[in-house]
Amino acid sequence: MIFTALVVFLGGTIWTIVYSFTNSKLLPRLRFVGLDQYDRLWSTPRWLASIENLFIYGILSLILSLLIGFILAALLDQKIRFEDTFRTIFLYPFALSFIVTGLVWQWLLNPDFGVQSVVRSLGWDSFTFNPLYDQRIVIYGLLIAGLWQGTGLVMCLMLAGLRGIDEDIWKAARVDGIPMWKTYLFIVVPMMRPVFITTLVIIASGIVRLYDLVVAQTSGGPGHASEVPAKYVYDYMFAAQNLGQGFAASTMMLLSVVIVVVPWAYLEFGGRDRRV
Amino acid sequence: MKILKALLAGSAMLLCGGSVASATDLEVTHWWTSGGESAAVAEFAKAFNATGNHWVDGAIAGGGNTARPVFVSRITGGDPMGATMFNQGRQAEELVEAGLMRDLTDIATKEKWSEVIRPKSLYDGCTVDGKVYCVPVNIHSWQWLWLSHKAFEDAGVPVPTNWDEFVAAAPALEKAGKIPLALGRQAWQTTGAFNVLIPAIAGKETYLKVYRDHDAEVAAGPEIAKVFKAADEARKLAAKSNVQDWNQATNLVITGQAGGQIMGDWAQGEFQVAGQVAGKDYSCLPGLGVNALISVGGDAFYFPKLSDPEKSKAQEVLASTMLNPKTQVAFNLKKGSVPVRGDVDLAAANDCMKKGLQILADGNTIPDPPKLNTEDTNNQLNDLFVEFFSTPSMTPEDAQKRYAEIIASAD
Repeated sequence: MIFTALVVFLGGTIWTIVYSFTNSKLLPRLRFVGLDQYDRLWSTPRWLASIENLFIYGILSLILSLLIGFILAALLDQKIRFEDTFRTIFLYPFALSFIVTGLVWQWLLNPDFGVQSVVRSLGWDSFTFNPLYDQRIVIYGLLIAGLWQGTGLVMCLMLAGLRGIDEDIWKAARVDGIPMWKTYLFIVVPMMRPVFITTLVIIASGIVRLYDLVVAQTSGGPGHASEVPAKYVYDYMFAAQNLGQGFAASTMMLLSVVIVVVPWAYLEFGGRDRRV
Repeated sequence: MKILKALLAGSAMLLCGGSVASATDLEVTHWWTSGGESAAVAEFAKAFNATGNHWVDGAIAGGGNTARPVFVSRITGGDPMGATMFNQGRQAEELVEAGLMRDLTDIATKEKWSEVIRPKSLYDGCTVDGKVYCVPVNIHSWQWLWLSHKAFEDAGVPVPTNWDEFVAAAPALEKAGKIPLALGRQAWQTTGAFNVLIPAIAGKETYLKVYRDHDAEVAAGPEIAKVFKAADEARKLAAKSNVQDWNQATNLVITGQAGGQIMGDWAQGEFQVAGQVAGKDYSCLPGLGVNALISVGGDAFYFPKLSDPEKSKAQEVLASTMLNPKTQVAFNLKKGSVPVRGDVDLAAANDCMKKGLQILADGNTIPDPPKLNTEDTNNQLNDLFVEFFSTPSMTPEDAQKRYAEIIASAD
């Protein structure tokens, strides 16, 4: 087990990093060229555009899916009727792969068949909603699809967290006359910290590896307006037959994850005695 | 239930039959999936099956950029197919160098490939250090402008005879609600269109200096600046073309919704499937009607090394079947390309194909970019042009600067 983990994860990672300093083309070769691949990477407009796109998508998707997921969960938690039905409906999109999600939303957002044409056929002729063919807003088109697919899961995790809150706390809050929104914000949410952290990790890892949704929905277009780093890695490793460049890009992706994760993990697990 | 039984019995018979008649299954992978392309590939399958073997079709949709990585990882990953297609040129260069591809020299000498294959450059493209590694199957050229007669009739303007007239006719087309230039949004198509504009606008010499010699000064110079200006016009004409695949763009031309399309002669297969007649329903202008030359490139089949001797034998049969004069004609007429043999009967060729043959006979040819550039360079060009063609705010000057940088770093 330990052996597998070492070879597959650590070994694979180190191998990739080592070969990112070579000029490997179609097949890996040990001909070192120093930092050339990184030089080229950081002067490639497509890579820079990919980073920017992922940043916008990531921040918005993180905030919105947590927000929407939590609100939906809180609403479902009000002991409503048909809770099971609603839960199933909200979670259902998560059962679809990103490829299917991307294709479905590609059609829904297509100006000739989707939302735009439906609204226009209702009589509002000047209505324009064309995110996939407009460079400035195509990333929001992806975001809609990503949220539609992922929010259900966040909702379920949050709901599980809410169910874990002791009834007595609610009763005590009610006795003290604390308004419901305040109870949620200042008592329940802090108590749900572990659930929030799990959710955050799941969402964040989903964001970094964002690839299939883009391929299915926009193939990176128009122009480079919806390119993402993972797609750059794939395209250069395989389509462009330039392994060195692809490895350099994937090493940068790893680095960015490490930069985010290590300080957080240190704070979270290093200072364990701080919160008991 | 009955049907199920029949099917089971049938498949059992097939299995037995297979072992008795020693028909060998050979998987052939390619990315020919449009209407005209699959009609053409069916000709190969028919001819190969007639030799007593069995063609297992491994078509991958989505174009070369999707299919090539699959081919390469299957070959390097130890699960090689019987035969696979690549574009002629440097795409399989490293696989050959790594010794993963089969040497076909024996069969090539026996069947005198070096004599029958023309132009010679196609044969040379398949040889590495004097050994033959692939079978060229067709000659394709990019330098064509396809024009819809219906679109120009509807707009009330005569069908143009060159690029300048086409640009001049564009406003009339737009007025009639047509898209002047159909252009698929996949990266290779925008790069292809630009590469066609280079020899048409700046001439053969400039083209060779940029792509063969990788001369960055020429790439940054005034001749290429003219090409970027033309590309700037082209992207404005294509601004409303919202399709992805090349055959969808061709379909816009076939149905008269678009005036024209810059695309290789494989587009002709689509016109044929749609039952259109060259010269009557559509026209073709080689070299955009400005500079009548065509690039000589095409598709070639490579045969990975296999351990099974039965399959290796079947590979030989397939290689010689593909070059068989009869198969060549049947395949290329459907594909819209020109056979690689000069000694075949092409009476059935249509107008456009005859134009191509004439230019070929005159020797007015240039090598294809995949032959001159590595896939890495081509991909960088793809990145540039897909951005240029869909970002109206990117000026031709900026784009040219980046273009020159890519050419400077090319090997």
